[in-house]
Amino acid sequence: MEDSLLPTLTNVFREVFPGMSLPLSRQTTAADVKGWDSLTHITLMLSVQRAFRVRLSASETSQLRNVGALIDLLRAKLER
Amino acid sequence: MNAELFSQLSWLPRPPADFHDQCRALQQAAGAQGRRVRALASHALDENKLNALAGAIEALRATPGALEPLTPFKLGIASNATTHFLAPALVATAARYGFALQCVEGGFGQALQDASNPGSAINRFRPDAVLVALDYRGLPLRPAPGGAEADEEAVSAAIAHLDAIRAAFRANAGAPCIVQTLARPPESVFGSLDPAVPGTLRHLLDGFNRRLVERLRGSSDLLLDVSGMAETVGLAEWHDPTIWNIGKIPFDHAFLPIYAEIACRLFAALRGRSRRCLVLDLDNTLWGGVIGDDGVPGIVLGQGDPTGEAFLEVQREALALRSRGIVLAVCSKNEDAIARTPFREHPDMLLREDHIAMFQANWQDKPANLRAISEALSLGLDSLVLLDDSPVERGLVRNLLPEVAVPELPDDPALYARTLLAAGYFEAIAFSAEDRRRADAYRENALRVVLKQGAAGVDDYLRSLKTVVDFRPFDAAGRSRIAQLIAKSNQFNLTTRRYSEAEVERMEGDPDRFTLQVRLADSLGDSGMIGVVICVRKREDWEIDTWLMSCRVLGRMVEDAVLQELVRSAMARGIRRLVGTYVPTARNKLVEEHYAKLGFDHAGREPDGSARWELFVEKHVAQVLPMEITRSASL
Repeated sequence: MEDSLLPTLTNVFREVFPGMSLPLSRQTTAADVKGWDSLTHITLMLSVQRAFRVRLSASETSQLRNVGALIDLLRAKLER
Repeated sequence: MNAELFSQLSWLPRPPADFHDQCRALQQAAGAQGRRVRALASHALDENKLNALAGAIEALRATPGALEPLTPFKLGIASNATTHFLAPALVATAARYGFALQCVEGGFGQALQDASNPGSAINRFRPDAVLVALDYRGLPLRPAPGGAEADEEAVSAAIAHLDAIRAAFRANAGAPCIVQTLARPPESVFGSLDPAVPGTLRHLLDGFNRRLVERLRGSSDLLLDVSGMAETVGLAEWHDPTIWNIGKIPFDHAFLPIYAEIACRLFAALRGRSRRCLVLDLDNTLWGGVIGDDGVPGIVLGQGDPTGEAFLEVQREALALRSRGIVLAVCSKNEDAIARTPFREHPDMLLREDHIAMFQANWQDKPANLRAISEALSLGLDSLVLLDDSPVERGLVRNLLPEVAVPELPDDPALYARTLLAAGYFEAIAFSAEDRRRADAYRENALRVVLKQGAAGVDDYLRSLKTVVDFRPFDAAGRSRIAQLIAKSNQFNLTTRRYSEAEVERMEGDPDRFTLQVRLADSLGDSGMIGVVICVRKREDWEIDTWLMSCRVLGRMVEDAVLQELVRSAMARGIRRLVGTYVPTARNKLVEEHYAKLGFDHAGREPDGSARWELFVEKHVAQVLPMEITRSASL
């Protein structure tokens, strides 16, 4: 149940990083995805906000260690 | 929801599901890929898809000739905000307008230095134009409410700064500047009083924008009305304080596609690529209903009815376009004389025949008619825009004549006019007295052009629609629609015999009658019941008492499918001959040759002028039709 947001998030990642080959998991970090740098991180965060219809603050988006942390953040926002 | 019309470029078709695969495939293909790039760019692309396509374009750029026949266009971008995200959106969007765009960005916040230094990256690039994308936050426009003089000085200083940038780029890059109006933020100081108090940000930005427009008038530099677009989609959505703080990103990226779109329209206008002619469909585009069936009193148009007002608005905007020099033409599947009657007789019609430079109403397919319009007016196909409510016609034209712009339309006709105008096909960078007279000149020069036979490729397109035609005998479920079609259909109606719903009911299960209700569905939607046939048995003959169809399915070989079904059923029931009758009326000239086209032989004329046709079923040659047939078990 923990990763029920993963399919939607995977779609967002595939849109932002069309060349992404490996499957997304909670453990995925920026180092694992080709092209995920500080600039594409902004595009990614904007795309995530649109897809999940949530707002993320600057401090929230800058502290994410991996995809698992992003999922937890999104779940907290969606359940509020 | 209405802002999405703009932010999602709703007049463009949705991108294909395998868009990213197609972008990848482009990079591996050999030879010139410009046409494929342009076709992909001509969808409603969001930021990520624009980025993906821009990536493919950049990869192709490395191979000489790979982007042909796109025209090279070089753009410098000078800004006091982050432009990193603008460039790929512009590159992909420019392909929609036939450009292979290349961008060079200046330094962050160094627009004046980039302009003044002849050796700057932008100046050395020898651009075709420079986009001066300034944000209000980087200009000397500090709010200080109350001081009229300080307000005036601040606006003058900001304008002087911009003047200096423009003059330097003109001198050092030899290129015109594209200058943005400033979108004001939603934050206010006093509330409604803001625009009245000098020195508020609202007052400063209003003053700046007004002065900027005046400065650019008569110069070779162009205005990009970012402020107008931001207000259109909503200033509170446009300005996102979080992303400004994170990366000095000047507006929400949900609007990157429309920002790039309005910028690229200017490149197109600069190169004379704006569209010049609006081609209008008639039924359910200029009025509600079908003129051939409903007649002048029956069509929906005019004040007092919300739908009638919606179509009035379409006509009003078409006239407004005409008065600024856009040529109007008509392209409709209709009988010419009938199609003209509303223009002559309907009291609420705003459009009149003399507004229309070229009136093509006939039963040929639309691509052939659009070619005829293009030839008669001596305007290229890439000058035409087709406004048409039918998704099938839109798809057919896009498929066979990709040069013609065909906006997607929402279901609600109240949004037709807005959607057409949002698409920005007729972007202009100047307006002269000559423009005002142009539409008349075209009308005078227009020639009648004889049409060639249907365009090649129509068959393939019809096949791609995955049409399914369904046959079943009259039944209770179809009864009221059958009765309605019998009561209403005028054009594609061989005998125009009217039967009440009770009479239709009595035909169900009548052993001497063979009845068909015909339905059609395709990948674009379900058209429902579109045809009715009634045959009466006379020994070994079937007399075709009634054969009617909706004109919307013309040109899709549905009549051939109906005949095939009749022949099949006739053979199964020991019927040897089909006998058809054409009873001429004021409205059904369309089907005068119906039976001849289907291979029937002429079999005499009745005293009342009606013609009889016969077909021996064993003589009928079955053909492969571009559709799937389904039928109820009882057939």
